[in-house]
Amino acid sequence: MVHDTIAAISTAVGEGGIAIIRISGPQAISGTDAIFQSKISLKDADTHTVHYGHIIDPASGERVEEVLVTLMRGPRSFTAEDVVEINAHGGVIAVKKVLDVVLQQEGIRTAEPGEFTKRAFLNGRIDLMQAEAVIDLIRSKSDRAFSVARKQAEGTLSKKIKALRQTVIELLAHIEVNIDYPEHDVEEMTSAYIREQCQSAIGEIDKLLKTASEGKILREGIMTAIVGRPNVGKSSLMNVLTQENKAIVTDIPGTTRDVIEQFVTLNGIPLRLLDTAGIRETSDVVERIGVERSRDALQDADLILFVLNYNEPLGEDDRQLLAQLEGRSVIVIINKMDLPGRLELSEVEKYVPAESIVKMSVLQESGLDALESTISEMFFEGQLESNDLTYVSNVRHISLLKRAKQSLADAIEATHVGIPIDVIQIDARQAWESLGEILGDEAGDSLIDQIFSQFCLGK
Amino acid sequence: MGYVAGEFDVIVIGAGHAGCEAALASARMGCETLLLTINLDMVAFMPCNPSIGGPAKGHVVREIDALGGEMGRNIDKTFIQMRMLNTGKGPAVHALRAQADKFSYQHLMKKTIEETPHLTLRQGMAEELIVEDGKCVGIVTKTGAEYRAKAVVVTTGTYLRGKIIMGELMYESGPNNQQPSVRLSASLKEHGLELIRFKTGTPPRVHKDTIDFSKTEIQPGDEKPKFFSYETESSSNEQLPCWLTYTSEKTHQIINDNLHRAPMFSGAIEGTGPRYCPSIEDKIVRFADKPKHQIFLEPEGKHTSEYYVQGLSTSMPEDVQLDILRSIPGLEKVEMMRNGYAIEYDAVIPTQLWPSLETKKVDSLFTAGQINGTSGYEEAAGQGIMAGINAARKVQGKEPVIIGRSQGYIGVMIDDLVTKGTNDPYRLLTSRAEYRLLLRHDNADLRLTPVGYEIGLITEERYKAFLRKKELVEMEVERLQSTKIKPDDVAAMLESAGSAPLTQGGDILSLLRRPEVTYEHLETVSPSPFELTDEMKEQVEIQIKYAGYIEKQLLQVERLNKMEKKLIPDDIIYEEVNGLASEAKQKLSVIRPLSIGQASRIAGVTPADISILLVYLEHYNRVKAARG
Repeated sequence: MVHDTIAAISTAVGEGGIAIIRISGPQAISGTDAIFQSKISLKDADTHTVHYGHIIDPASGERVEEVLVTLMRGPRSFTAEDVVEINAHGGVIAVKKVLDVVLQQEGIRTAEPGEFTKRAFLNGRIDLMQAEAVIDLIRSKSDRAFSVARKQAEGTLSKKIKALRQTVIELLAHIEVNIDYPEHDVEEMTSAYIREQCQSAIGEIDKLLKTASEGKILREGIMTAIVGRPNVGKSSLMNVLTQENKAIVTDIPGTTRDVIEQFVTLNGIPLRLLDTAGIRETSDVVERIGVERSRDALQDADLILFVLNYNEPLGEDDRQLLAQLEGRSVIVIINKMDLPGRLELSEVEKYVPAESIVKMSVLQESGLDALESTISEMFFEGQLESNDLTYVSNVRHISLLKRAKQSLADAIEATHVGIPIDVIQIDARQAWESLGEILGDEAGDSLIDQIFSQFCLGK
Repeated sequence: MGYVAGEFDVIVIGAGHAGCEAALASARMGCETLLLTINLDMVAFMPCNPSIGGPAKGHVVREIDALGGEMGRNIDKTFIQMRMLNTGKGPAVHALRAQADKFSYQHLMKKTIEETPHLTLRQGMAEELIVEDGKCVGIVTKTGAEYRAKAVVVTTGTYLRGKIIMGELMYESGPNNQQPSVRLSASLKEHGLELIRFKTGTPPRVHKDTIDFSKTEIQPGDEKPKFFSYETESSSNEQLPCWLTYTSEKTHQIINDNLHRAPMFSGAIEGTGPRYCPSIEDKIVRFADKPKHQIFLEPEGKHTSEYYVQGLSTSMPEDVQLDILRSIPGLEKVEMMRNGYAIEYDAVIPTQLWPSLETKKVDSLFTAGQINGTSGYEEAAGQGIMAGINAARKVQGKEPVIIGRSQGYIGVMIDDLVTKGTNDPYRLLTSRAEYRLLLRHDNADLRLTPVGYEIGLITEERYKAFLRKKELVEMEVERLQSTKIKPDDVAAMLESAGSAPLTQGGDILSLLRRPEVTYEHLETVSPSPFELTDEMKEQVEIQIKYAGYIEKQLLQVERLNKMEKKLIPDDIIYEEVNGLASEAKQKLSVIRPLSIGQASRIAGVTPADISILLVYLEHYNRVKAARG
């Protein structure tokens, strides 16, 4: 089954200081050598050795990260293929950057959910007893990835990708109709037109890729709103997260009368935290202004931390708010786990999946790690995206966008050297498919649908 | 009243384009074959346009020929116009298209069939399948004749419960007012096959002497015609032109005024029509802002005055059809000889077939052509030859032959049909092929003649010639690669080609990679020592010029083939595969793909399902191996 090379971050995101990027397959060694600056090249190194060096972005020549690289030649490796593991330690952003550079290498793609284990099994490294476990792993990981993808399908990024794909598919349909209906009176496809369409798509991709750059994320941060009924511990949570006492903390409901902003960095992910006034109906004028502002903040937030009190049953306000938040990126924090439980967890799970519920005691500072890793994971999987400017955070998306861009550039190049349109179409189609992979769409019949809806054909 | 009328190896029901190829292939492979048709005068009849080929369709004709089929040879002898289309585009989409003398085409095909050993052509309407223990073993005709066989191929085209619709008029009929086949539908259903209703249509025909050609544009054939068959070397056929005109504002007005009488819109038509071949009323409604549509006037033959009005397929009432015709420049005084009509018919949902075109429900029963939900003579013939081959191989106890998606358009089409099914009559388009650059018009023989030889449809002599051609092409490519040149040697040639001068020496082959340099240019400085035909030179040029892209596609094919080679055992029970999504379980159980490759093309089966299936199969195989 060995054919292509796969790569992924194989450690849980946000846990521990070191992350490992695992690369497996025939291009693992040559692909790493191309971006790894070290005393020795891996192709000359012995198997099962560790090497110190730097990952370099070949495009800019910049050092991305200081790393330790482990080499395991097949079949003596987990997957029985050549495996390279890059140990990085610079937090989520740096690790993603390393993976991004790895995925720029020819023949290396992101691993599907559970694919390393699948390969290990198919290559005979895992015994039969584990087959079921492998199946479960693939199923659960892909279902998760699928739900993330579905969530994103409603997001701004996917709207942009869809618009981009539309540009490309119109071009494709136009080329196809020229080929399949040569005698029809449809406009002849010209090189100039192909270039124009490809160039405009490239422009859009560039805009998206720009948002993916580290600088942008650091400046903006992920707008994170902390919401919940009064006195569930929102400000305390914010204080724990910022380790400072900026918000006024009392146990009188309605103390927080304004939206307080704080920047924090969790595992290298910048968050712009907004502590909002407790959302409830109120007659106090000052408080009401605060409440309205919180509603606005809630509207704009990329991530919502919804705090509940373990000591109180779920109220009608909570239910309403939970229902309102459907389709958004939400983490429900059940605070005050140190107190007796009066909250039905199963009721909360009706609104949010179990993996988005974090149990904490802000007072005792417990559960903080779980919250950090949940946020990291959402961010890493691209579940979190900034609302006001579409921004691409998912490494897989970045690599697919870059691939689409390359294909479009190839198409433009081909028009300059007089390659015929049906051959140029191969590149354009590749771009369309790469963009489709971001959305999880299949190529299928939609091109043919497009041809027949865009052009009037027949005998 | 029934009587035993004969015993054969293979029976083919229907002598249209699918049936003719199926019967010829089966007989030529040594099977005693019966070809049954409702009307002996309708063998290889063209009920719609008198034309064969075009993009993708023409490729199929070449493939049929490369496999040892008849369509290519038959049209090469009976064409009245030949044109190579898409010559301004890349080599993969060059496409030959012929206008046929529709009568000569039929007569020649009938003669070939009559003269083929092991082949019996007989008139009769099959009404019932004889199925014993789940296996089709014969048929019964309307006259009570019972024919026994080891395999049956059904190619009923649009005859199955055919119904002609035109304006308010509707009657049971096959194409061109032939008798429809009514009872066979029931027999197919009785044996568990699910049918759907499709629709197609044809335009009116007009009298040549009533056309004012001066108001139309001439569309002549190519001066030096090329041919479909690799066997055809030359032709002395006289060519006739086609003529181009357009619909007018008045045409659109007439149609819009009469939409209430159009069965398309009144709900009289239940069947799903083809998207790529809409009627004129459909075109005018759907593309209301298009001011005019092209109309091609095509002669139906040398010895007839009938002209086919391409672009004007319609099911409007007869009086409206005449008004429409007379609103078109050049046709103001035209006489309509036959009216256009829509025809509805029963088709088999093609996902009920194996890739061999044998039905999953009934052993030894094959279907091919329009009955499988396709449209077009070439699509029908392409399936016909495969069904014929596989029926014969079944009788001979051999494995079926399945053409891959990377091997031919025939493979693309059959895989699409049996894996994805179709919601409207299926037409081949070059865009359906993912490896278009490999599936070229010029290399059909390289792709399929070894297959044709292997199954016994290509003669020893033809195969030798093929091998010789292949060898010469390879030798010439090698020669060009090893021929070193200095900048001065080629300076004049490059200049004449409008190409930049060479700065340093190298092999001459790399010059051919330049888009503006052709093989002809190279010949002027380095003539080949081998005796190469134009076809071989073309091969050399294409292989070198597009090497980069071809290489890329070959790599993709290699990946695909790995998945195609992962076979799925036929006793797998998908319900028992834990972890498969329920949609995947359901789809896989219906389609029962032969390989992981085929499974991955089923809509609704996700990559995760494929991974799970792979793991399951590995498990399955290891357990099986352990048990010995």
